[in-house]
Amino acid sequence: MNRIVNARLTALAVAFIALITVPHWVPGVYYINVASQILFYAIFALGLNVLVGHAGLVSLGHAGLFGIAAYATGFMLQAGYGHLPATVMALVLGLVAMSAYAVLSLRSTGIGFIMITLAIGEILWGLAYRWISLTGGDNGISLHGRPSPFGFDVNSASGFYYMSLTVFLAAVATVSIFVRSPLGAALRGTRDQPRRMNALGYHVWAIRFWACLFSGLLTAVSGILFVYYTQFISPQTLALTSSAEVLLMVISGGAGTLFGPIVGAALVVIVKSVVSGFIERWNMLLGAIFVAIVILMPEGLVPGSTRLWRLAMKKIAAPAKSAPRPTEAKP
Amino acid sequence: MTALAIAGLSKAFGGLQVTRGVDLAVAPGERRLIIGPNGAGKTTLFNLITGELTPDSGSIALFGQDITRVPSRRRPHLGMARTYQIITLFAHDTIVHNVSLALLGLTPMRWNPLIDMKRQGHIVERARAALERVGLAHIAERPLAQTSYGERRRVEIAMALAQNPRLLLLDEPFAGLSIDERRDVHNCLMAIPRDVTIVMIEHNMDVALEFAERITLLHFGEVIVEGNRAEVVADPRTREVYLGH
Repeated sequence: MNRIVNARLTALAVAFIALITVPHWVPGVYYINVASQILFYAIFALGLNVLVGHAGLVSLGHAGLFGIAAYATGFMLQAGYGHLPATVMALVLGLVAMSAYAVLSLRSTGIGFIMITLAIGEILWGLAYRWISLTGGDNGISLHGRPSPFGFDVNSASGFYYMSLTVFLAAVATVSIFVRSPLGAALRGTRDQPRRMNALGYHVWAIRFWACLFSGLLTAVSGILFVYYTQFISPQTLALTSSAEVLLMVISGGAGTLFGPIVGAALVVIVKSVVSGFIERWNMLLGAIFVAIVILMPEGLVPGSTRLWRLAMKKIAAPAKSAPRPTEAKP
Repeated sequence: MTALAIAGLSKAFGGLQVTRGVDLAVAPGERRLIIGPNGAGKTTLFNLITGELTPDSGSIALFGQDITRVPSRRRPHLGMARTYQIITLFAHDTIVHNVSLALLGLTPMRWNPLIDMKRQGHIVERARAALERVGLAHIAERPLAQTSYGERRRVEIAMALAQNPRLLLLDEPFAGLSIDERRDVHNCLMAIPRDVTIVMIEHNMDVALEFAERITLLHFGEVIVEGNRAEVVADPRTREVYLGH
């Protein structure tokens, strides 16, 4: 057991060092920006994973919530407010939107939940696309400049990366605390046996509602980082393909795990941003990778790799145990 | 005061009347057995008592308090616990985690998103104590997936007992058990103190008759016979609808 814990701590320490040194070892600004994208999409995927992995509620409308936070930041900055009020308003609006989203969609579970979230996502996309006086329609909204939190300049690629990394680490820590908490355990209980949870005295709907709010908060945070990164927001961000993409991140990495959505986000962003430079039909490649994951590791990359690793270790250990002991030489 | 008082309880699913004006009075500490052929409405009656189903008419009182309109999730907080005919547990977790969830359900701590559940020693201790009562403390850390059917039945009972109920509803606790497992579950139930009132549905008459003091026979959603063991077994209607000639 101690060996496993030590191996985990070592892996986490290596990952942490790798993350904080990214601007020093990746080849150029483009790749630092790719790393920033991985980080804020990972926050988005972590948010969706709260629902998909821990609550068993598959949402296909999360891009709409992501877009609301991004648009709110854009509106506020366009209206002349500072970065802090814009960020706070985006978070508040994101949570308010998530509350309404939850009230409407938690009327059902399973296919019903998926269809309601899909419908809400499409309505939000339609509003962004057609309410031109507010959203600028297809032309979207452009931002000028990024904030300087605590005097820290984030206009450079590495500056923005470090801001994203700080928020990302805070998000990972928050999710890690949440999933270990009684509320996190109760949420997984509502995923596995909602009827039993009700009979044990839990308010199943309210637990799911709080999970939606937490998911919405992370989604809003990632939406704000996204809009500061691109300095532009258009209806395309709210499209169904965006919701499907982040769902792909969660499922491919491993729903219900802490690191699965992060690995999934890295996979999708790298294929989209890096591999697409070499392979024209990168969509096809992403599809093939996804099919391969579903066939070989249906539980996702992180739990699947862990399973294969343990299997390999057992096989390595087995012959060593069964090998005959060398006989002691007589003096 | 009665532990459980049901008056004129009725429930229909569309045109199918599954519970017809059921009256039931269970005294505190009593062991009551509900019997009846398949489709008699026994589990529906349990679902009405626990609030999983809303009655069309009638009333339910728990220790004098009318709970007919109390949401099902609030009833465990009033001292009602149940087990299910089809085992309903958390298969991905350990036995002690299953029982801890039952304990957590009655505390405000269940809303806490900040503390580490594994570090709540008092919850784990109480969960272990509940498992001790059903003889499973030695395998508390075992994943539920690695337990036998009989052990799962006992986990269900431990979860119910952990909530320190005043009224315990057991839905076919001996169903599908081997002779040894049946003996283990029987011993668990016999050890439950008298401050817990027990209402049990059971088909296994040998075990159930030994356990119960009073018996209610349901047929097509109606109470047709009620009395002590001797009275119910001797009643020709019992023989006709349930025990056979």
